[in-house]
Amino acid sequence: MTDKNNEELPEGGVIHEGGNADSYETGGWRKLRPVLDNEKCTNCLICWVMCPDSAIIVEDGKMVGFDMEHCKGCGICDTECPPKIKAIKMVSEEEAD
Amino acid sequence: MLEVRWHGRAQQGVVTAAKVLGETCLRTGKYVQAFPEFGPERMGAPVKAYNRVSDEPIRMHCSVTNPGFVLIADPTLIGIALAGGMESSGGVTEGATEDAVFIVNTPKSPAEMRTALELDGKPAKVFTVDASQISIDKIGRHIPNTPMLGALAKATGMITLEDLMDDFKVNYSKKYSEAVINGNLEAMKSGYEGISEG
Amino acid sequence: MATEKSNEMQGLTGNSAVALAMKQINPDVCPAYPITPSTAIIETFSSYVADGEVDTELITVESEHSAMSASIGAAAAGARVMTATSSQGLALMWEMLYIASGLRLPIVLTNVNRALAAPINIHCDHSDSMGARDSGWVQLYSETVQESYDNVFMAVRIAEKVRLPVMVCLDGFITSHAIENMATISDANVQDFVGEYTPETSLLKDMENPISIGAMTLPDYYMTFKKQQSEAMAEAKDVVEEVSAEFAQKFGREYGLLDSYELEDADVAIVIFNSATGTTKVAVDELRKEGFKVGVLRIRLFRPLPHAEIAAALKGLKAVACLDRADSFNDFGGPLFNEVRSSIYDLEDRPKVISRIYGLGGRDYKVEDAKSVFEELLKVVETGTVEEMTKYITI
Repeated sequence: MTDKNNEELPEGGVIHEGGNADSYETGGWRKLRPVLDNEKCTNCLICWVMCPDSAIIVEDGKMVGFDMEHCKGCGICDTECPPKIKAIKMVSEEEAD
Repeated sequence: MLEVRWHGRAQQGVVTAAKVLGETCLRTGKYVQAFPEFGPERMGAPVKAYNRVSDEPIRMHCSVTNPGFVLIADPTLIGIALAGGMESSGGVTEGATEDAVFIVNTPKSPAEMRTALELDGKPAKVFTVDASQISIDKIGRHIPNTPMLGALAKATGMITLEDLMDDFKVNYSKKYSEAVINGNLEAMKSGYEGISEG
Repeated sequence: MATEKSNEMQGLTGNSAVALAMKQINPDVCPAYPITPSTAIIETFSSYVADGEVDTELITVESEHSAMSASIGAAAAGARVMTATSSQGLALMWEMLYIASGLRLPIVLTNVNRALAAPINIHCDHSDSMGARDSGWVQLYSETVQESYDNVFMAVRIAEKVRLPVMVCLDGFITSHAIENMATISDANVQDFVGEYTPETSLLKDMENPISIGAMTLPDYYMTFKKQQSEAMAEAKDVVEEVSAEFAQKFGREYGLLDSYELEDADVAIVIFNSATGTTKVAVDELRKEGFKVGVLRIRLFRPLPHAEIAAALKGLKAVACLDRADSFNDFGGPLFNEVRSSIYDLEDRPKVISRIYGLGGRDYKVEDAKSVFEELLKVVETGTVEEMTKYITI
């Protein structure tokens, strides 16, 4: 569904493929970006459970970073990271660049 | 084309009577219409039903306003305005043709009914049949419709008693018990035999 | 109640004929909320369900809004869906009517025409389906019990071919409650005609490859979908013709987009819908005997509007009255008037057109009422002027 004037668009607005949210990049919506402190992270993976955009990348049971193409910068990972750990902090996009 | 108007009160079975008449005529090869005119739906409220019977397909879909046959299932409807929510709120004789056939459910004589209908000296034919008593005797309930159908068969050539009884047996055996069917068939026959002309 | 007769004629009411048609079609799902005067359709059909004569899942819902919602859900899942309603019931379905058509779901709805409140009234007029005329449903109007029955079968085929919902309309009480002679089609022939429903897309068709239905679209896509819908509606006209032709070939009863009666050499004509057409034809026959060149044009398909065919049918006439059994409350006549008048605008010698509103809330329309409209038209031709463009008659 790329050409908005394409008359071959599926009738009735049916979306013919499942899981296609993956192809829709929401990373551009971010004002704040999560930054991980590897030193502090205990790999409890609470952030992975709570992230609404499945943007926490986990490899071999370890939290390794964020999928910046889909992370909207909501900050839930920062909020949910246990208070004694606080391995994630949100920084502004300008600051991060 | 023959046009029929039935007058009764809700629960006296005039809508069903029109239906049975239509079905019977249809079975003998005619084109028919049978339709009710519902007013306020309350037991005892005046109700009208209509039939058209023709050798040709029937195209008009309006009420029957000039019936050649008027069947009155309840004599208390005579002489009163039948305001029923629809336009034709006049009495039972309203719009009937000069030579219309009237069949009234009453134990009284046709002469008395002719006077009650204000048809003295007019060419209309008036018949009476005590359909209420017949229905109580034969069916055990006050539903005068089937004896009136029997009377109609006798008074007019529109249907024969045999066709009427055949149709009823074929169409209603599934719906009613054998006792009810037989009672109604008896009632038709008694209506046929019990009609008086005057 | 069926009556068998030597030439296979039966005596059925409009409602029982529609219920019988539904039984013969044996739809997958029927969500319904009965309402006068279409109650008997669902009442009779539910007895078929209870007796195991159909395989249909009958869903007794809590309102007409729910009936249409459930119809949409079932149709999206890939079911053949039918329901019936009238008047306030159709009005309560309103929101969902647009969703059914926008999602391109081939639901078949029988609407037994009844007036809309207030004042509350249970009798026939066309204000219910006329109000829904822009909801994206194909609308077929039926003159007789026979046509109501036949239209239900054709509606299924039309809906599934163009993937749009179809509304079959018939007159409340006048047709729904009247027993008329009609011929039925055998169950086998019905099944052969409607065929098996195998949608290209549905929620349940391929569980391995799930699809989404009802996604939001923004200004970039919405208009394209509406254009597709509009084109499907235009295509529906040809499909109605094709399906009607196939029906005529198989069952011998011919139905066009329009039904022209004595129009060829007519000076004046009435344009009308549904059961009042026959009454008008009787008036035409009587006036023709007196030498007046009068005719009738019945609109069978109102959505999509066969505008070119209407123009062709009315070409050469001098005056036309459009009889609406609904008012648009626009101070400019009924919906039929406006659309027919617009359809003939490009004719070189277009007839004068007047609007006459009749039959609201079950008001009787008799042969003499049709005649009086014809008399008005003949006067318009004689004087060359229209005194009253719009008027209520029989009042």
